[in-house]
Amino acid sequence: MKFREAVRDATIQAMERDPRVFLIGVGIIDPRAVWGTIAGALERFGPDRVVEGPLAENALTGVCVGSAALGMRPILIHHRIDFVLLTMDQLINHAAKWKPMFGGQQSVPMVIRAVVGRGWGNGPQHTQSHHALFSHVPGIKTVVPANARDAKGLLLAAVADDDPVVYIEHRWLHEDEAEVPSEYFTTPIGRAAVVRRGRDVTIVAAGPMVSEALKAAHALETSGIIAEVVDLRTLHPLDTSTVVESVRRTGRLVVADSDWAPCGIAAEVIARVAEEALDVLRSRPVRVTWPDSAVPSSQAIEPMFYPGAREIQIAAAALCEGRVSQRLVTSTVRDFHGPF
Amino acid sequence: MNDAASTDLGKKLYRDMFRIRRFEERIKAMYSQREMRSPPHLCMGHEAVAVGVCAALRRRDVVFPYYRSHGWYLAKGGDLNAMVAELFGRATGCSRGWGGSMHLIDLAAGVMGTSAIVAGTISHAAGAAMTFRMRGQDSVAVAVFGDGATEEGVFHETMNFASLRKLPVVFVCENNLYATNTHIRDRQAQTEIFRHAERFGMPGVRADGNDVLAVHAEACRAVARAREGEGPTLLEFDTYRFLEHCGVNEDHDLGYRTREEVESWRERDPLERGWSLAGAELSEMADRIEEEINAACAHARSAPWPTFEFLGGGALL
Repeated sequence: MKFREAVRDATIQAMERDPRVFLIGVGIIDPRAVWGTIAGALERFGPDRVVEGPLAENALTGVCVGSAALGMRPILIHHRIDFVLLTMDQLINHAAKWKPMFGGQQSVPMVIRAVVGRGWGNGPQHTQSHHALFSHVPGIKTVVPANARDAKGLLLAAVADDDPVVYIEHRWLHEDEAEVPSEYFTTPIGRAAVVRRGRDVTIVAAGPMVSEALKAAHALETSGIIAEVVDLRTLHPLDTSTVVESVRRTGRLVVADSDWAPCGIAAEVIARVAEEALDVLRSRPVRVTWPDSAVPSSQAIEPMFYPGAREIQIAAAALCEGRVSQRLVTSTVRDFHGPF
Repeated sequence: MNDAASTDLGKKLYRDMFRIRRFEERIKAMYSQREMRSPPHLCMGHEAVAVGVCAALRRRDVVFPYYRSHGWYLAKGGDLNAMVAELFGRATGCSRGWGGSMHLIDLAAGVMGTSAIVAGTISHAAGAAMTFRMRGQDSVAVAVFGDGATEEGVFHETMNFASLRKLPVVFVCENNLYATNTHIRDRQAQTEIFRHAERFGMPGVRADGNDVLAVHAEACRAVARAREGEGPTLLEFDTYRFLEHCGVNEDHDLGYRTREEVESWRERDPLERGWSLAGAELSEMADRIEEEINAACAHARSAPWPTFEFLGGGALL
């Protein structure tokens, strides 16, 4: 099943299982059905549960808070995560505060499904990741599926969770295929997964960097370097123990993050490893992150912006005493044809 | 002479306003003792809006007030003991000591959580109204906000959404002329707030917010309209805040408004509009309310402090 089909599968199952679940967002009754990720929902559940919103993202987020306060479980869909910035008041001042502000007597379960639009020259305002921004705030959980299986499992877990969950979906991964159970299941929020066992270096990644890390790990084997790969899956709350246990086994750490470095998830992972297991680190930890710049549009320079498998391979090999392979792997470039 | 004062409704409205006033007078009297350590946005002068609107509601209807909401909380039937305990920062407070004066809640009474962000809860009311619609319930949600909130984008976003979907919501604006200490004429190009309704295809009404009967009459119309599925209404009530924006003092000495202006509005005090309760009846009511407030303060003083870990188990992340 493709990643985007898994999102649809989860959405339909969540709505079938629980009448409290509804969809809301700008442009969600568009026949394109959010890249097909909610195809059929409108026909099946009607306009009262697939609620088209005006271009009023902040109010729609508040509508979700108000309905969740009365027991509903909205899924608010944004075609671009960049639009979530219009909702920061409702998301951070309200949704994230609802439980503590009233002494824990009410939570506002809601899912913010936000799509990152890397590729096809989407430029500075349609490609941001922003997962660190949301992960900074207590009261919001942040999940970033890296494959079709977790796309389904994490979305169902997010809907079932009693707290607001920001579900960050990279359109870059939409066509990726994986085995996905057809029945209902959840991928636990707050638990990372060791997706490749190794002994020489731990590569921690999330979202689109996981497949790049796996590709790099495969290439590193030709130099005799056996890399372990950890898929964070949830960025907040961060599964520190899975990461630390892995670094205890390998003694080296590379964090690959599809985001800017300052105050980011890669920095947070390294800080936690330093706090808990500085003594086992045999070399300095390394971040593989975006350059400190906006994402450019032109096809001539957009691919240069993104680090991938190659940069991870170089970083990991350098840590492992310079055993760099003669053959460098190529970072993935996906064949995505617009329009958006 | 106000004939309505002799009716059951009139007595109830007057009593509810009087109770709110006495409660806030108590806060004013006690505030310097530093037992209540939370910024109080007192509603003295505004009481008729909350009381008039809430009297038009059923218990299962919900209100989404803002940070100046002691009056709304009491008018909708919120528990006095829990509010006083919240102001005292105690574990028995309506928000268990986590919210303070600006974050009141009483779910059983239909007082939904209040926000310290201007215009913060307007969209929540639309969400509640949409939920009632989805569930086939005939309840109504009321959004409450000040004149400043109508300058925020989310007010216009929500008005559009609510009217588009004909949601059972009533928008109630307490226009007290000032956003903190800045007059509406220094902030709004067009100061007749009720006129925003026309743009969104809903009725917009302006009425004297210090006349509780006028408020009640307009609220009844708007609530009935919402309940019957005809959609939202914007109600603008002219009123005035007697004390400073936040705190317990008068503030004409600051210079943003004159003593004469404040006095002219005090002459329109919602509690001094020709109500003629018999002396004995009034003093008996006053005594009962004083006892109730005394008991609430005593209860709060003896209540335990909250503990920081009470949510426990990583529930707060």
